[in-house]
Amino acid sequence: MASILRIIAQRLGLGLLTLLVVSIVIFTAVNLLPGDFAQAILGQGATPEAIEAIRKDLGLNDPPVTRYFQWLGGAIQGDLGNSFAQANFASFAGSDTGSGLASVAAQVGPRFANTMFLAGVTAMIAVPIAVTLGILAALYRNSIFDRAANVMTLSSISSPEFFMAYVLILFLAVLNPILPSLSNIYDGMEFSERLTKTLLPALTLTLVVTAHMMRMTRAAIINLLASPYIEMARLKGISPMRVIVKHALPNALAPIINVIALNLAYLITGVVVVEVVFVYPGIGQLFVDSVKIRDIPVVQACCLIFAAAYILLNLMADILSIISNPRLRHPK
Amino acid sequence: MSESELLLKVRDLQIDGRSDEIWNPIINGASFDLKKGEVMGLIGESGAGKSTMGLASMGYTRDGCRISGGTVEFDGIDLVNAAAAVKRDLLGKRIAYVAQSAAASFNPAHRLIDQHTEAPVQHKVSSRSDSEADGIELYRKLRLPNPDEIGFRYPHQVSGGQLQRAMTAMAMACRPDLIIFDEPTTALDVTTQIEVLASIREIVEEFDTAAIYITHDLAVVAQMADKIKVMLKGDEVEEADTRTMLSAPTQEYTKSLWAVRSFQRPQKPAVHTSATPIISVRNVTAAYGKVPVLHDVSFDMHEGRTVAVVGESGSGKSTTARCITGLLPPKSGHIEFNGEAMPLDYRKRNKDQLRQAQMIYQMADTALNPRKTIGELIGRPVQFYMGLTGKAKRRRVDHLLEEIELEPEIYFNRYPSELSGGQKQRIGIARALAAEPQFIICDEVTSALDQLVAEGILKLLAKLQDELGLSYMFITHDLATVKSIADEVVVMKDGRVVEQGPKDDMFKPPHHAYTDLLLSSVPEMDPDWLTNLLNERGVDNIGDAAVGKM
Repeated sequence: MASILRIIAQRLGLGLLTLLVVSIVIFTAVNLLPGDFAQAILGQGATPEAIEAIRKDLGLNDPPVTRYFQWLGGAIQGDLGNSFAQANFASFAGSDTGSGLASVAAQVGPRFANTMFLAGVTAMIAVPIAVTLGILAALYRNSIFDRAANVMTLSSISSPEFFMAYVLILFLAVLNPILPSLSNIYDGMEFSERLTKTLLPALTLTLVVTAHMMRMTRAAIINLLASPYIEMARLKGISPMRVIVKHALPNALAPIINVIALNLAYLITGVVVVEVVFVYPGIGQLFVDSVKIRDIPVVQACCLIFAAAYILLNLMADILSIISNPRLRHPK
Repeated sequence: MSESELLLKVRDLQIDGRSDEIWNPIINGASFDLKKGEVMGLIGESGAGKSTMGLASMGYTRDGCRISGGTVEFDGIDLVNAAAAVKRDLLGKRIAYVAQSAAASFNPAHRLIDQHTEAPVQHKVSSRSDSEADGIELYRKLRLPNPDEIGFRYPHQVSGGQLQRAMTAMAMACRPDLIIFDEPTTALDVTTQIEVLASIREIVEEFDTAAIYITHDLAVVAQMADKIKVMLKGDEVEEADTRTMLSAPTQEYTKSLWAVRSFQRPQKPAVHTSATPIISVRNVTAAYGKVPVLHDVSFDMHEGRTVAVVGESGSGKSTTARCITGLLPPKSGHIEFNGEAMPLDYRKRNKDQLRQAQMIYQMADTALNPRKTIGELIGRPVQFYMGLTGKAKRRRVDHLLEEIELEPEIYFNRYPSELSGGQKQRIGIARALAAEPQFIICDEVTSALDQLVAEGILKLLAKLQDELGLSYMFITHDLATVKSIADEVVVMKDGRVVEQGPKDDMFKPPHHAYTDLLLSSVPEMDPDWLTNLLNERGVDNIGDAAVGKM
């Protein structure tokens, strides 16, 4: 057990280091974006003086290194800074700066919670379906069922997300009005209503992520079927289903867990298109809007959250893979 | 023989294997009967179709194989045409299997006892708790250490010999009528093998289980089987009861198998005490990371002689070779070549020093680059060490191929995959010779080969030694090989040299206790050998149990 804890501590340390490096990359990249916030908010006709005033006020004239450490210092303490866009620009006329600024956390927080809700619902549907399909495809490999499952998941992953979204809307909202086509959820909504409204985007995303996980489950299991211990299980007269579930699956967990983690990370970071189609107030939309208006603190916060999600999920996958290996769980 | 006693009836069994979309015959019609409680030995070289036939006796064929003709009847049930569910009901319950590598055949994800109880529970033979208690009882019978506790470990926490016995226990879990033992001791050291053999024989006798015992080792089968069937490339050669088969084989092939162990080189006269050894290992201590492997190892090797380094797996034989070649620089001590200390790290040695010590590996398959032709494989060291190019290089490679008795015109442009195991090992020898070394390390070079082929390699090495005055360091765990080729013997155990001296002295008493154990553990062709040994020593004084007492 001690060795596992040490490995986990090591991975955690490495994850934090990665996050630090990523924060530098994010900051540099965001600062390389052409145009600036002051120009964007004041429009073409703004006087250079007005632009300069806003830049000065927001600290945009400080050297990049200073700004990076200010941002990083704040982020470590949980303060991601203030959103430019939500600021009360009337106050820039006077000396009373800051009082009208809205914090990034207040803006990003609820959106992120929505995204996590959508990702969670999708995962609850997609992961069991994908793993079950994968197991069945491995069990009935090269059969009609196997091929049908492959063709269907592959075609759903190959079609653009918005297309799958519109197909689902057509069938489940327009022709058979079972589910609402708009997912405009808000605070204080009943859980059941929230769930109903989230279902269509969740189903769309399920179609997108199932293929990966299912095919990896199938491949990881089939890869093991030539092992001597699988032959042994068959020679003990064990039923094919039990051979797969009891003998192959536990040894195939590591690659399956890893591909699930990658897909979950995608669900948190890459679902802008689906959010737009269903008007779902997730973090993806906020991110794109903020880039448009050069709201740098929000962009940076979103990037940092995305990076953290990737690192954390991969870290969890690593740890679960380690735990799934009896050699590490029970050292000699 | 009355019909009621007959358990397994195989008639004209034919099995095909698929390669490149074509079905080729693997077994060309084999027939035999097995009575209840009878043990049949199935012997032959690799590729003879022994395992395929063993599995077919269970009604099972591996992917890419099919039974194309003949019948297999188990207790009146036609296994060739039986439905999968019918066969599943028999497998594990009435017919069980013990695989060659227990380490690979136990599922790494489950504890031994969980795997043991699976068949009885799934076949509804007994309850989980009854079968668990029975498993512990079987572990005790098979003399596994800590029988109450060992089942609750995972396979990687148990040694190879113990796993092999646990697998025998697992096969016994439903008290089957028939067990197929597929080379169960081939991967084990001699001292471990003898323990497993004794356990298997005892338990098979106790439960009156019929068995097919597959092996390529004649001496082993002589201990285990009531009758022996010999196979050659998918054909039956002959079948007879064990004593008849050993004393009076009728077929030429069987006779040649029996005669293999006859090759023996005469002991060379003792070396002058003043002679400078060609390689001298001086007080070498080495470790992999923090794990110490060698402790103060010292021995000499002289020109034109063969030093056999023997010991079980993990005794440090190959590590010593790695120290000599500089692949693993020792922590202390040094390696002398013709009386001069060599740099310990191979990267610090010059080309001439590197040239003098060459190596031949156990697995010729993995030691030869599959994408290079034979000409390129041998030509590379010829060019690198000797600086030969063009026609001179070609002449040298041709000459080397002639030395190893392969036709240059035929083999120069072939790839390793187009060669047999023995031929590949010959290429390994030619590649070592290409550097014109004085000293060659042979690391288990015959272990992966069949006996007849191995004998050919040993004879070739002996011939080359006579012609070229080579010195060999011959790493092996097989004492028969030592007997046939060595001049001096070094016995290693746990990274230490426990005994060394001329071969004739080593095979004569008095020995060091460990050497004695090693020697006495090598099975002999006498069918009473194991029985006599057990009577003489008692079951607790053989194998690992005896090693543990040292």
